[in-house]
Amino acid sequence: MSQLKNFSKGFIKENPVFVLLLGMCPTLGVTSSAINGLGMGLATTFVLLMSNIVVSIVKGAIPDKVRIPAFIVIIATFVTIVELTMQAYLPSLFKSLGLFIPLIVVNCLVLGRAEAFASKNNLISSMIDGLGMGLGFTFALVLLGGFREILGAGKIFDITIYSENYVTLLFVLSPGAFIVLGYLIALINRIKTK
Amino acid sequence: MAKKESTFINMVVMLFLVTGIAAAALGFVYDFTKGPIAEAKLKAQQEAITNVLPQFDALGESFKTLVEEGGDSLEFFPAYKNGELVGTAIKTYTKNGFSGFISIMAGIDSEGNFSGYSVLEHKETPGLGSKMDTWFSDQEKPGQYVIGKNPVSNNFTVTKDGGDIDAITASTITSRAFLEALVLAYNSHKENKEAIPATAGN
Repeated sequence: MSQLKNFSKGFIKENPVFVLLLGMCPTLGVTSSAINGLGMGLATTFVLLMSNIVVSIVKGAIPDKVRIPAFIVIIATFVTIVELTMQAYLPSLFKSLGLFIPLIVVNCLVLGRAEAFASKNNLISSMIDGLGMGLGFTFALVLLGGFREILGAGKIFDITIYSENYVTLLFVLSPGAFIVLGYLIALINRIKTK
Repeated sequence: MAKKESTFINMVVMLFLVTGIAAAALGFVYDFTKGPIAEAKLKAQQEAITNVLPQFDALGESFKTLVEEGGDSLEFFPAYKNGELVGTAIKTYTKNGFSGFISIMAGIDSEGNFSGYSVLEHKETPGLGSKMDTWFSDQEKPGQYVIGKNPVSNNFTVTKDGGDIDAITASTITSRAFLEALVLAYNSHKENKEAIPATAGN
């Protein structure tokens, strides 16, 4: 597999949200607006990239039977670093996302890539995989958050598109997340089979 | 590098190493970010005080008061202009939000009316309850505007409960909690009026 393909697979072909259906909890939870999706996606991308790098470096030294706890400790460490750094230098973003940052630890996507990819591949491939998957995840979250924000609040990235009097509130609520996700998965499947 | 065997000693040593390095890294980052985090929090608090009060040139010494019903204390920040008290910012809270704890900075001017508020901390639903940040300060909608009012001149409960304030659409629980926090600040302010120095004394 070429590195370009390795990178681009995360967007459509193996998109973590629409195709692999990994990390559903943060996906459904944070995407009530596009900006939240973007912030969460980028934070996850950073964690994914760093954990993939570290896991691919230490993979030989970790005995098989304890690899999962070791990976989780590595992931949790990076999540906490992101949390502290964001709190210190981006307090306004932390205010809206703070709650969801610790959720990255339990995001199956991060552990999934560590286990399925980084523990079997070399450093460069793992880095590209982490970056591609992370950006694919971000892309999916922004798309989902964008649709929900337009339908449910009449805005996109906080820019008003139409009056709040005509919005369908359902879309910013939890059921709206499932509905929009379902339609987007159908759409992606259609694109993929073409 | 050959894969390490999963012998007991290997597992113990490796897990110990991984957790040890993680702990050291976290300790370092914590130490490094401790200062900026405290600074950011203080700055956010200062900004909130400035936002909720009429113009002032000096802040008096802040103090804390206990709440009658028990629970955490409220923090008072008296503000002065040319030595005269112009208002007090009160850090108030409620635990009855849709998702629990909400912390609000409420400003009360010298006439005892709310001069502004700023939501410091909350976990309400984004796009719904989180709108309280702007909802109650929308000047074009008098039904939901709380500034310039006080719980004596107006009934500070939502219209659904027979009050005078329009609740946030689909977020009645958040609105109730929000108003509860404001009333708590107001009552506490009334009780502690004597404790607030009327002039900026040194």
